[in-house]
Amino acid sequence: MRHVIIGSGPAGVIAAETLRKADPAAEITVLCGEGEPPYARMAIPYLLKGDIDEAGTFIRKDQDHYGRMRIGLVEGRALAVDTAARVVDLGDGPGLPWDRLLVATGSRPSREKIPGIDLPGVRTCWTLEDARALLAGIRPGTRVVQMGAGFVGCIIMEGLLARGADLTILVRSGYMVRRMMNPTASGLIRRWCESKGVKILTRTQPLALSANGGALKVDLGEGRSLDADLYLSVVGVDPNLEFLAGSGVEIGQGVVVDANLQSSVPGVYAAGDVAESPDVVTGKRQLNAIQPNAAEQGRTAALNMAGHPTRFKGSFVFNVLTTLGLAASSFGEWQGVPGGESTEVLDESRFRYLNLQFDGDRLVGANCVGFGDHVGAFRGLIEGRRRLGAWKRRLMDDPARVMQAYVETAVPACGAG
Amino acid sequence: MQKSLHLDPNKCTGCLQCEMACAWEKYETFTIAKSRIKVFTFHHEGRFVPYTCTQCDEAWCLIACPVDAIKLDPVTGAKIVLEPTCVGCKVCTIACPFGTINYVAQTGKVQKCDLCDGDPACAKACPTGAITYVDADWTGLGKMRAWAGKTDTTAATA
Amino acid sequence: MAWTRNVLRVNLSAGTCTPEPLNMTWAQDYLGQRGLATKYFVSEVDPKVDPFAPENELIFVTGPLTGTMASTGGRYSVVTKGPLTGAIACSNSGGYFGAELKFAGWDMLIFEGASPKPVYLLLIDGKAELVDAGSLWGKTVWETEEEIKKVHQDPQIRVAAIGRAGEIGVLYAGIVNDLHRAAGRSGVGAVMGSKNLKAVAVRGTRTDSYPLANPKAFLAATEAAKKVLAANGVTGQGLPTYGTQVLMNVINELGALPTRNHRDIQFEGAGDISGEAMHRKRPTDGKANLVTNGACFGCTIACGRISRMDPGHFTVKDKPQYQGASGGVEYEAAWALGAANGVNDLEALTYANFLCNEHGFDPISFGATVGAAMELYDLGILTKDEVGFELPFGSTEAMVKLAELTARGEGFGKEIGMGSRRLCAKYGRPDLSMTVKGQEFPAYDGRGLQGMGLAYATSNRGACHLRGYMVSPEVLGIPVKMDPQATEGKAAMLKAFQDLTAVVDSAGICLFTTFAWGLADIQPQIQAACEGDWSPERLLLVGERIWNMEREFNLAAGLTKKDDCLPPRLMKEEAKTGPQKGAVSKLDVMLPEYYEVRGWTAEGVPTAGTRARLGV
Ligand SMILES: Cc1cc2nc3c(=O)[nH]c(=O)nc-3n(C[C@H](O)[C@H](O)[C@H](O)COP(=O)(O)OP(=O)(O)OC[C@H]3O[C@@H](n4cnc5c(N)ncnc54)[C@H](O)[C@@H]3O)c2cc1C
Ligand code: SF4
Ligand code: SF4
Ligand code: SF4
Repeated sequence: MRHVIIGSGPAGVIAAETLRKADPAAEITVLCGEGEPPYARMAIPYLLKGDIDEAGTFIRKDQDHYGRMRIGLVEGRALAVDTAARVVDLGDGPGLPWDRLLVATGSRPSREKIPGIDLPGVRTCWTLEDARALLAGIRPGTRVVQMGAGFVGCIIMEGLLARGADLTILVRSGYMVRRMMNPTASGLIRRWCESKGVKILTRTQPLALSANGGALKVDLGEGRSLDADLYLSVVGVDPNLEFLAGSGVEIGQGVVVDANLQSSVPGVYAAGDVAESPDVVTGKRQLNAIQPNAAEQGRTAALNMAGHPTRFKGSFVFNVLTTLGLAASSFGEWQGVPGGESTEVLDESRFRYLNLQFDGDRLVGANCVGFGDHVGAFRGLIEGRRRLGAWKRRLMDDPARVMQAYVETAVPACGAG
Repeated sequence: MQKSLHLDPNKCTGCLQCEMACAWEKYETFTIAKSRIKVFTFHHEGRFVPYTCTQCDEAWCLIACPVDAIKLDPVTGAKIVLEPTCVGCKVCTIACPFGTINYVAQTGKVQKCDLCDGDPACAKACPTGAITYVDADWTGLGKMRAWAGKTDTTAATA
Repeated sequence: MAWTRNVLRVNLSAGTCTPEPLNMTWAQDYLGQRGLATKYFVSEVDPKVDPFAPENELIFVTGPLTGTMASTGGRYSVVTKGPLTGAIACSNSGGYFGAELKFAGWDMLIFEGASPKPVYLLLIDGKAELVDAGSLWGKTVWETEEEIKKVHQDPQIRVAAIGRAGEIGVLYAGIVNDLHRAAGRSGVGAVMGSKNLKAVAVRGTRTDSYPLANPKAFLAATEAAKKVLAANGVTGQGLPTYGTQVLMNVINELGALPTRNHRDIQFEGAGDISGEAMHRKRPTDGKANLVTNGACFGCTIACGRISRMDPGHFTVKDKPQYQGASGGVEYEAAWALGAANGVNDLEALTYANFLCNEHGFDPISFGATVGAAMELYDLGILTKDEVGFELPFGSTEAMVKLAELTARGEGFGKEIGMGSRRLCAKYGRPDLSMTVKGQEFPAYDGRGLQGMGLAYATSNRGACHLRGYMVSPEVLGIPVKMDPQATEGKAAMLKAFQDLTAVVDSAGICLFTTFAWGLADIQPQIQAACEGDWSPERLLLVGERIWNMEREFNLAAGLTKKDDCLPPRLMKEEAKTGPQKGAVSKLDVMLPEYYEVRGWTAEGVPTAGTRARLGV
């Protein structure tokens, strides 16, 4: 059996390893599109901060690992997939034949559609190559204008400040990390950033960029502009799908997959940022561009490819980010559900906030700022659809007791008789 | 036969000797905030519930880690955090549905129970026998894990 | 080391929190906790100070073994000048709060002045801030703890708080931590209330703050000492099973259980309120009063009682907040709420005890004061009109009603809140107050146990069993069996107990360990934890120094030999029943001897030689 995996991010690597364990005889090839050893994008913020070197971002530290596991790493980019002939087209050469194919091509930064976006001095922060450019380009005092304060935008701030950048953040909407945090949580994060010397302009979107000597002028309209040495564009991500055009694989926002992570074409699977799968809480199909989802989908897809039918229980939307040292996390239906109830507690001066969302006596979502202990219990309660019983009221009174609620309701050996 | 920690709330008095023993074993401190085992007090039920990682088979944390900083100890079955490799991204802390892997601000790394290389300090310190290290089959832990990992659909939300 | 070497000085008048280094010379002379804080206190406060004046200080303090793996190493004390006694007050508490103070990096918190408005101190590691407590004022201890944990979103925060009783100045108001552990005696909570300080909330995550002098030796010593506790009948079995309540039947049978304001020395209802009774299934709901035993921080004895009331009991029928499990009666509380006023309803005692925890007042002083009021009523001095209801000995309803009124400072509860000395004086019968230096007796009769009588009379904080627990030799035979009625050797034994207790109270561990531990078990733990020489001889010298320092403060505060006395009832009225029938206290014989073994003059003043020897 020939397995080909397009993409060497976490989804691809974990799929390859799982395949090897599940199918010792299989031929496994991973297509690496960036000319780098398999690495984790998530580690880039720590590379910027100087906590780790490039090797610290590698998904497996021992580079013999792949050889030992008989996983073939092939450099190249997939240009097209022929699902009838079962070949991946790499441009030059014969192409990669497959019996089972996993699309694990992840996503890439969305491109702002403004004049000047191709100028030198405009960068994004997504690949190791980007990280190298930022490390080379930012010195103490470098004026960095960052467009976007989504979760990647927030996570990288610490690295930028660590390098001495003079940082201004532009936010199109009124809120930072609005896809993940409610306005109260977002407001806390904003004030935290401002207290650390970051300038933040909300409801601001550049109209154009222009060269200005060796620097850039960022036109904010109404006669306002900013001077920047570096313009960092981090405005969201789009899945890498283009090469699937004409393949017959059904595309929605991403590769549409079923509960076994198989696409509309039998034998073709997808996992990670690129896969559009049902949400575990709502059942709605959606992209879920986060690391744990990529890892868990990579594993599940591989088991199915190896002939062990395994259902993916649905992706769970959650995330954790650390903004200049302030941890925040969001889980499930943090915006609440119709007919649901919510509770929250805010300690503004100490940057702590907790908001819980309930549907009946089940927890369905949460937002936390500055709350760090046992946060996994949120996942356990929400994804496990735990009935809280009497704990519902107790959590309404005091949301911080969530771990206690978890221990008593989810762990039978521990629950009160 | 692999062993695991058997935690018995019925014997626990809430003395927290276990938490101190764990913190001491790993950080040479008695500060129980550093303990990987936690005793939860349910005051109005009069119950003390010791709780830590069950070293689950799914290994959510290990799988979620982007940089391979969590390893499986083939002898004890423990999932072990390699501190030098951990970048402190906290993804494992939200991935673990048991809430048993936690971020430690002082070190910038995460921590979880590693079974002390098969010689658990907490079990040795417990004066009541509420923590024992026994053959995995005896602990009912398998059942507990299965339960904790299962979706609770005893009643529909609709 | 074992000390964090950090003291936080909180000036409540100015609203400032200022860290300062611990005086290590004093630490070497006074060890920690009770001794060390008292040294600070006597050095900084005028002995004549009005306990409720801003010039009085309130000190929270830990010991070098607090927050360590030493068994019971979770204690803290509160030191101030007590409003009940006008003497030095030092109240000791367990639970988890003390250890958390150490984890946050503090040996001691010194509160000076008085806040213009209600505040609580929030300590998160090294960060200290005074937070507005306007919305907490008037709330119970239980509500306060819940609210603070909720607002700061941290269930691991530990809270020590006062309730309504402390706010309104009930003279025996305590400070309650972890919901049901209390620095209960001498009115330290009333002083806290007078300073407008509602609570201290602390969370500690520091790992570097108190390295031990010799960690290896420390772990070995603590482990060996834990084995001693486990192997001992009292600490290994009696206390975990029955708590201190193991004593109820024992002391009653011995004829030393003060009953109905010390009119009697045996209580016919003792069996109904004993430790054994707490285990018995109730006929009403088929459940026992006792749910489980619970430990304080680091304690391998676990004597704590966790009780759940009969939900159908008249006191809690429509009050779900009292139907869950919470801190049940310990021996002293069961005695005071029960035998001292002739009440034998265990459920009612449990309820009153919950109220004491919830509102923050001392069940011993409260129960004993109710006993005195009942006697005044019995004699016709107090009338139904004055009280508002009938107040005969043995009335469960009256005892419970008074607990509710005292907690809120309403009706006759205001009088009960003054304590028995002031109550009896007000009604012209000071002789009926069963107190020493204004503080009510605990649960042993000084006629039945002569040594305990001497211990009460000489205790530096007023009547107290925890300053020199002569019950050990007189009842339990620890370290040697002494005849309860003998006077011979009692003074010397008491001195030894008082000095050793001062050491234990200054180390950060629980006095109950001494049922099993002698100095030989304790000393190696202190030695391994603390730098310096802590030989047994030196430790006893430290204990003696502490005792004399407290004495000097009291003398300077205006107390004299006359205050080292017992009420006339114990001196003159013979014990009516039981093995000690006919006994009166022989304090007159023992006291001069006691002064002598202490190296004090006949007036009870430390001689120049004693002062020089101890360096006070
Ligand atoms: C700076 C940064 C911080 C982040 N922080 C977090 C975080 O804290 N938590 C979190 O959960 N997530 C975080 N993420 C997101 C996380 O990294 C992604 O969700 C995760 O990498 C998705 O894994 P994947 O394997 O699906 O895709 P990717 O990691 O994107 O891997 C896809 C691979 O496919 C390759 N590829 C693409 N197209 C082709 C082609 N046509 N041919 C061949 N190869 C191709 C790519 O080169 C890449 O190697 C962060 C991302 C960034 C950039
Ligand atoms: S916090 Fe450390 S161990 Fe956890 S996922 Fe991140 S790098 Fe891995
Ligand atoms: S086994 Fe070791 S690491 Fe795990 S909880 Fe016990 S003491 Fe801590
Ligand atoms: S050491 Fe044992 S008895 Fe004490 S808290 Fe831990 S589990 Fe409970």
